[in-house]
Amino acid sequence: MALKIVKGSIDRMFDKNLQDLVRGIRNHKEDEAKYISTCIDEIKQELKQDNIAVKANAVCKLTYLQMLGYDVSWAAFNIVEVMSSSKFTYKRIGYLAASQCFHESTDVIMLTTNQIRKDLSSPNQYDTGVALTGLSCFVTPDLARDLANDIMTLMSHTKPYIRKKAVLIMYKVFLKYPESLRPAFPRLKEKLEDPDPGVQSAAVNVICELARRNPKNYLSLAPLFFKLMTSSTNNWVLIKIIKLFGALTPLEPRLGKKLIEPLTNLIHSTSAMSLLYECVNTVIAVLISLSSGMPNHSASIQLCVQKLRILIEDSDQNLKYLGLLAMSKILKTHPKSVQSHKDLILQCLDDKDESIRLRALDLLYGMVSKKNLMEIVKKLMLHVDKAEGTTYRDELLTKIIDICSQSNYQYITNFEWYISILVELTRLEGTRHGHLIASQMLDVAIRVKAIREFAVAQMATLLDNAHLLTGNTQRNGICEVLYAAAWICGEFSEHLENPMQTLEAMLRPKVATLPGHIQAVYVQNAAKLFATVLRSQEGNTDRTAAQETSQLMIDRLPLFVQSANLEVQERASCILQLVKYIQKLQQKDVEVAEEVNALFAGELNPVAPKAQKKVPVPEGLDLDAWINEPPSESESEDEKPRTMFTREETKHSRPRHTEVDEKELAKRREVRKQEQASNPFYIKSSPSSQKVYQEAPGVDHIPVVQIDLSVPLKVPGLPMSDQYVKLEEERRQKDRADKKKKEKKKRKEKGGRRGKRDSGPESEEDITPAHMVDIVTEEMPENALPSDDDDKDPNDPHKALDIDLDRPLADSEKLPVRSHRSSEALKTMAEEVEVVAPQEAKKKGGKEKKEKKKDKEKDRKKSKEEKKKKKHKHDEGEEDLMGGQTEEPMVQSETTNDVVAPPPTTTAEVSDLDFWLSNAPVPSNSQEVAVTAVTAPAAAAAAAAAGVPPAASGSAPDSEPDEPKDAEVDESKSSKHKKKKQKKEKEEKDKKKKKKHHHHRHHSDGAGEESVQNGTVEEEEEPLPPMSNYCLLAENSYIKMMMEDADTVCDIQGNLQDGSQVVVSLIFENKCDSFLKAMEFNVLDSLNSRLQRPDGAGPHDGLTVPFQLPPGVSNEARFVFTVKSIVMPQKLKGTLAFIVKNEDSSTHEKLDFKLHFTCTSYLITTPCYSDAFAKLLESGDLKASSVKLEGVVMPFPHLLARICFHHHFSVVERIDSCASMYSRSIQGHHVCLLVKTADQTVSIDAKCDEPSLLSNVLDEIKLTFSQC
Amino acid sequence: MINAILIFNNHGKPRLIRFYQYFAEELQQQIIRETFHLVSKRDDNVCNFLEGGSLIGGSDYKLIYRHYATLYFVFCVDSSESELGILDLIQVFVETLDKCFENVCELDLIFHMDKVHYILQEVVMGGMVLETNMNEIVAQVELQNRMEKSEGGLSAAPARAVSAVKNMNLPEMPRNINIGDLNIKVPSLSPF
Repeated sequence: MALKIVKGSIDRMFDKNLQDLVRGIRNHKEDEAKYISTCIDEIKQELKQDNIAVKANAVCKLTYLQMLGYDVSWAAFNIVEVMSSSKFTYKRIGYLAASQCFHESTDVIMLTTNQIRKDLSSPNQYDTGVALTGLSCFVTPDLARDLANDIMTLMSHTKPYIRKKAVLIMYKVFLKYPESLRPAFPRLKEKLEDPDPGVQSAAVNVICELARRNPKNYLSLAPLFFKLMTSSTNNWVLIKIIKLFGALTPLEPRLGKKLIEPLTNLIHSTSAMSLLYECVNTVIAVLISLSSGMPNHSASIQLCVQKLRILIEDSDQNLKYLGLLAMSKILKTHPKSVQSHKDLILQCLDDKDESIRLRALDLLYGMVSKKNLMEIVKKLMLHVDKAEGTTYRDELLTKIIDICSQSNYQYITNFEWYISILVELTRLEGTRHGHLIASQMLDVAIRVKAIREFAVAQMATLLDNAHLLTGNTQRNGICEVLYAAAWICGEFSEHLENPMQTLEAMLRPKVATLPGHIQAVYVQNAAKLFATVLRSQEGNTDRTAAQETSQLMIDRLPLFVQSANLEVQERASCILQLVKYIQKLQQKDVEVAEEVNALFAGELNPVAPKAQKKVPVPEGLDLDAWINEPPSESESEDEKPRTMFTREETKHSRPRHTEVDEKELAKRREVRKQEQASNPFYIKSSPSSQKVYQEAPGVDHIPVVQIDLSVPLKVPGLPMSDQYVKLEEERRQKDRADKKKKEKKKRKEKGGRRGKRDSGPESEEDITPAHMVDIVTEEMPENALPSDDDDKDPNDPHKALDIDLDRPLADSEKLPVRSHRSSEALKTMAEEVEVVAPQEAKKKGGKEKKEKKKDKEKDRKKSKEEKKKKKHKHDEGEEDLMGGQTEEPMVQSETTNDVVAPPPTTTAEVSDLDFWLSNAPVPSNSQEVAVTAVTAPAAAAAAAAAGVPPAASGSAPDSEPDEPKDAEVDESKSSKHKKKKQKKEKEEKDKKKKKKHHHHRHHSDGAGEESVQNGTVEEEEEPLPPMSNYCLLAENSYIKMMMEDADTVCDIQGNLQDGSQVVVSLIFENKCDSFLKAMEFNVLDSLNSRLQRPDGAGPHDGLTVPFQLPPGVSNEARFVFTVKSIVMPQKLKGTLAFIVKNEDSSTHEKLDFKLHFTCTSYLITTPCYSDAFAKLLESGDLKASSVKLEGVVMPFPHLLARICFHHHFSVVERIDSCASMYSRSIQGHHVCLLVKTADQTVSIDAKCDEPSLLSNVLDEIKLTFSQC
Repeated sequence: MINAILIFNNHGKPRLIRFYQYFAEELQQQIIRETFHLVSKRDDNVCNFLEGGSLIGGSDYKLIYRHYATLYFVFCVDSSESELGILDLIQVFVETLDKCFENVCELDLIFHMDKVHYILQEVVMGGMVLETNMNEIVAQVELQNRMEKSEGGLSAAPARAVSAVKNMNLPEMPRNINIGDLNIKVPSLSPF
């Protein structure tokens, strides 16, 4: 035996191993393929041997060859053999090969099930690990179904190494076998609180992936994630959670409100850019999900934009890129705040990095306004000239068109300018986007009637100079433009100054080199031009001119008749015959012009792209039914499409149904016309002045109002868009001057007509369009069906995972258990699964527990009345849920006190989520419904306030509420009682809160403000309490003032420049039932600091608060103070005077307050890299000072967060229980802290270049911690 | 999710490929070529993100890459991953390689593709980030290597000897994929 082994290994000595293979390939660079094919032959030999080591070696080499692109699936069975080796070394090779080349259709995979199961339960953790890793790459639905249970058991393995792998792989299992999600979910959730950070991170990872696709099913986990977010220090976990919240907030705006504060804290405190960036991203998502107009959110936006600006200005290209990326998200909802950074973004257009330029281009799209469109496009045109690569230039081109055409040409005030831009763009060589320019030209010419004359002139010039465009023949995509030019000139030929010249240009022999579809348009439109020319010439007395024109057509058209393109040929020959006929008539002196013109009469309206799809199927019409008996084969051949003329088809923008008889149709048409006539939003079609051929000549249309043009319609020569920019400037100035003289009458009328476009985000009424523009809307069929698109991709595997996770598990949902085991084993396994669920249930809230218990008991009883009772039960459950709303304060206390317990699942969870969220309540529908649903709301509320247990107060009549089922229920009740008592001690707070809830039912506006206050009042006990900078300033029976002492939200740059400004944000809340108005804010200035008043105001005049307060509403105002010295804190006395207005009376009132400017408020959170920090400390310019805090019990990260938040520091570095922090004052003083903690003692060593500032700041820090 | 991890050198020769979604071999090679084409024409001082190639994923996917001396490390990820986080992960991965191979160079990756895979398996599993702590990764890799050695025992000894002899005439190649620039400024995920 031993001999055999030795012999085997000696054989092996001469086999190639992986290294030899690699070396061989490198030595055979010339005939690599040949060498590899000999190697594959060797490998095939090796695979035939019995020795597993030889096989493993061969498989290892195959893995390498797979990387080089060789298909190795033929060796799949050998790979399975190697996988099943008992030695880890070979097993690992096998699994690696499998993970590289197995996939769902590899048929040997089904042979692996038992082997993998064996490996999963191996005593060696690395066997298990290797199997899990491999499986994660090639898991199939069958494998997932068969192994789900084994993997689930591994999630509770003793080794964290296995646990985290098992948790991660569950995601793949869910994808392949969605039925496993519900049974496995409780355990997965449990893993969110695993002691090992790696496992926890894996669980977060999996749930985030799941929730990203089906966020609504995971909303109930929000409180748990919130807790993790405030307690975790692992940035990977934090990033994932914050990203997840970004996906959840759109579904639940209240969640967003709750998030804003902790996220802002993180933004202030973190030094990790990746985390900062994700926070900003999620804050943006929150802001998008919240309806705008909340005053205190403007601060958050400002903060985000500010941080992003810092990113964009960074020298690191990656940060720059991400900053721009996030900026574009803000742009969608808050364009104004981004627009102020236009300079920066335009700068990025010059960046050498293409990715960054593209991002900046994206942003530009949202930054244009009527005011700056011309300027921005001009800049882009410069870039177009400079751009070297065609791809970037093409991108620029599409962006220019996008920007100009966005939201129905909203920002274009001068279409002549736009047409000339388009014409300028045609001079680009080698662009692929000729068709794009062409379609824009067509669109503008068709829809903007006023521009047609100008457009036609331009197009005629283009046609005349066609040789310039077609210079480089076919590969030049720009010749597409000629398609548009020819069509426009033909269709609107009445505007042509010299149609004869254009006609000649269109019939030049060179045209034959153009692509077929363009030639076809040329031919067709030459005919239209011909008609126009005839008309003008027939008016003259001289008939020869008209005959000459016909002769020209007859001479030139044969060229097209010979065309290889069918379309061109057919049209040309048709028209040629027509012209010949006309010539005959002309020779007989017959007037033909009118009749020829009639051929092309009729207005062409744009049709919405989806119009055809949206036509409703008329009642009683079955599109699939045969109208006649199915035709025989031979018949169908005869049926050829009769007309190829697109012209005819496009003319009938409204599809006809032949089933409807003509009378009915006419009736409908009449009805529709009347309807449209009375509909102010319908832009009436006005028949073109020349084309009189109309079905109903009397259509009442509002004539397009022509304004006197102050701009000459034509700029001589080829258009130069720059000229327009200048002209536009002048025109606007003139307009402005005019405006002062004229009344706005005219404009009003205009506003009505252009209603929708004027209501854009910009308030730019002062810019009037250069000439009246009538943008024809696209036509839709009558009764168009509402949009029914955006179906999800049916192949998306995540669709199957859209599963309600809160529903309790049913018996049928247990994971399948291996079938080959004995029946006993099967039983235990099944039990195990069952055990998981109740365990989970045990942790649920008391109420929930009770319900479960009841259910179980019932199952045991199995009495006759069961059915009946169950019905009752159901009702009760629901009512319980609703009743729960009234008991809010109590459950509130429960969740805050009981930190360890995971939030409960199932039905109660929904309401719990509401409780949790209602800390920042918004009068959402559900809440309102809940409140009204309770039969006697007042009574219930009273009962709750008096401390009656919930079971007794609600739903008493139905079931068995009185007899306590067992001790546990009792216990839970009594504990509730206890909490109730605690609650009573907090009576005052409760009352306040209740009052607020009362408000909510009536006023929806004030919610934003209150959320901030509530946050501070109620949540002191949570792990990392959300902190607020707002503190109570003064209060009386009418009004309450909250002050934010800091300038954290104002523009840092501005501050650094003058170094002497502090912004104070004040929240005013109306507490009475009357209306507060004419509020005046005044402060007694000191030598050192004074309130900034508008120019011309005296030093003692007050500032008017720019809003009024209806009852219960609060709002925020900001005041700027100028400060000379910032080294000392100071207090300013002030008064707020206001008028209280009732229905019958109004009184003057005032409120005194003191503004306290701490030294902290002069500090600005400034990030600092550790090397710069070290340099600063070494420089020796700083004075040192220190302070000791005793008895601080909070965890270190919370302590740091507190300092960061309240005192505007940022963490530079943190090592264990020691951290360095940095901040800077508005006048540029550096403040450095070294914070250490040991047994409740915190020592802070501080350095600053201004000793008195430092000592004051330290005092304030001390104060902060003595207060908590 | 990470969709694919590709390592190739300055000439586009693959050194390690790891797809977490099935592509046929031919398509894999095409993806590598396309990715190389996209990445190689970019300067070293431009940003490390690329809006995805046409072959993998779609608009939701991004290529995030780093260039170390002769090697490109490219991760193709979807929008659920943090861009800066992945950049950091690449750094962690490379530093781990550096520890495991003691001053890693392209040759190590060429001749020990399998080992590189084993290390990668401890960092990313099935397209999801498994571990980001370098010490933990190195510890697990070393434990597994030790196990492999103990299994080798007697029978592996001759093979090792032969391999050593074969390696003797390996031309001395320049080592080091320049870990010097490992320390280029990365916005790091420092703890807290």
